[in-house]
Amino acid sequence: MNSEALIFMVATQGVVIAITGYFFYRVLTTPPKQEPDSYSENDDEEERQAE
Amino acid sequence: MAHKVEAWGTRVGLILAMAGNAVGLGNFLRFPVQAVQNGGGAFIIPYLICFLLMGIPLLFIEWSTGRYGGKFGNHSTPYILDTMARGRVWKYIGVFGIFTNIAVVSYYVYIESWAFSYVYHSIIGSFKGLTQGEVAAFFNSYVDIMHSTTGIPFEALIFYVLVLGLNTYVLSKGIKGVEKVAKIGMPLLILFGVILAIRGLTLGTSGASSMFPDANAWDGLNFLWTPQYDSLTNPKVWLAAAGQIFFTLSVGMGTIHCYAAYVKSKDDIALNAVSAGFMNEFVEVVLGSMIVIPIAAGYLGLDWVKENAGFGMAFQTMPYLFQQWGSVIAAFAGILWFGLLFFAGITSSLAMGTPWVSFMKDEFNWTNSKGAWSFGFITLLVGLPTVYFYQQGVFDEYDYWAGTVSLVVFALFETIVFSWIFGINKGWKEINYGADIKVPIIYKFIIKYITPVLLLFVFVGALFTPMGNDWIGNINSLFNGDGWALDNASLIKQLTQAGIKEQLAVATDPAVISQLKDKMFFSNLARGILLSLFIFIALMVYYAFLKRRKEGRATL
Repeated sequence: MNSEALIFMVATQGVVIAITGYFFYRVLTTPPKQEPDSYSENDDEEERQAE
Repeated sequence: MAHKVEAWGTRVGLILAMAGNAVGLGNFLRFPVQAVQNGGGAFIIPYLICFLLMGIPLLFIEWSTGRYGGKFGNHSTPYILDTMARGRVWKYIGVFGIFTNIAVVSYYVYIESWAFSYVYHSIIGSFKGLTQGEVAAFFNSYVDIMHSTTGIPFEALIFYVLVLGLNTYVLSKGIKGVEKVAKIGMPLLILFGVILAIRGLTLGTSGASSMFPDANAWDGLNFLWTPQYDSLTNPKVWLAAAGQIFFTLSVGMGTIHCYAAYVKSKDDIALNAVSAGFMNEFVEVVLGSMIVIPIAAGYLGLDWVKENAGFGMAFQTMPYLFQQWGSVIAAFAGILWFGLLFFAGITSSLAMGTPWVSFMKDEFNWTNSKGAWSFGFITLLVGLPTVYFYQQGVFDEYDYWAGTVSLVVFALFETIVFSWIFGINKGWKEINYGADIKVPIIYKFIIKYITPVLLLFVFVGALFTPMGNDWIGNINSLFNGDGWALDNASLIKQLTQAGIKEQLAVATDPAVISQLKDKMFFSNLARGILLSLFIFIALMVYYAFLKRRKEGRATL
């Protein structure tokens, strides 16, 4: 592979992977809002019930 | 509403379902071919710019529009648009958001069924010992409805009905069923893609043979990624990049609105939208570029790829290439590749089923099950001609009008409604309400001005595609007073079937004349079916309006 193509490929794919990873990390680490929220599987978590 | 409003199980499930909706066969087949044909590595520059200026804004528009409509109990575009722009006409514009899905899914499920049956053929070793030409011929006989490659009569039809039945069954379980499939399908798709991409990346010259002594996978990657900067000044490249972004994100269909309508108004949509969008980009730019082109170049050489790069490679070439790895690995590679295409397909086709099911639930209190089976029945009616008359061009006609033109038309309308009728200030508030990220303020300007202009650019580009797709030559010709020569692929010429008419005018062989007349007949048949489908859905929307008026719920 020529170096120009290699640099272009690695740079582009690197940026896409980094941004995708960052947003997914944010999704996983952002605490969910208090109930009632849009997602049903956490409905019974006590600490998330609205006061 | 008589039915309990459904909800997504988890946030990750929603994002995977949205990403699954976007990730389709085009990520692996359309993107690398577009890149190869439009300046190699330089294509990625307009592509990423269009992603930021058109793709992301459209994702914001559709997610927020959907969530806004859901607040009023509307989960499909006719009445989502009705809540945003008071006026009788908008709900009929929203018909596109159901029509496009049923029309597209009717042939998309056919491709999905090919992938499904090719998994089966890979396992039983149908491609063992076949030459490249024989593998291509295998596909042609598979889509010939009267021919059977397995001994099962009407094999293509049976696989089509089976896959449609599977889609219908999942849809009958509601969005929880869709979410479950996305949670299994998306990780598997990525895993399969990574394994094949590693193979594409490490193949090198090991696939060279006496027939193709110069075959080299690196040549494929070089060709795909070496930037040809002069292509950046060519409008054709920008149009191709904008078109690719448009189709890869599944915007302009009404599916994103439908999924987002099940998100409560206090919950985030901004971070969800960019997460799903970038996940699609990961699959396309990282995985999509490292499978088909390098593997094909690794065995058949770059010259072959340049001449033959296209959609057909997936089914007509890849099984032959896998055979070069020995029968056991070939079977595994076949399962990975066609399994990947199947998961990419089913996560998208399920998304296309939800707008109809949701519409019937919202307006006529139908259950998920009733909505899903009616969807299956209508899809079967619309889809059967594509199965029976695939080789006569019905499939291509559906793909052009429903899978290309109506997406752009609807996206243009929804952007105008969002920015100019609903109002960008209200729209901006919707995007940011409950957001877990800060959306840069520049996007307010982009959504209002840049995105509609880009969409108009794509639409006008399709309407007036110049002869030979030579924009620079035709612009010069126009300024020299020599006029603008339209290509037969332009929307205007397509509408008038100019290409077939031109061929008919010069044809002398009775067999060719008869073939062209058949082609015209099937083209008109396909258009008639699509028009009937649109009218049918518009009538359902009208009937829902009468029902709403009777119940005192109509907006006008």
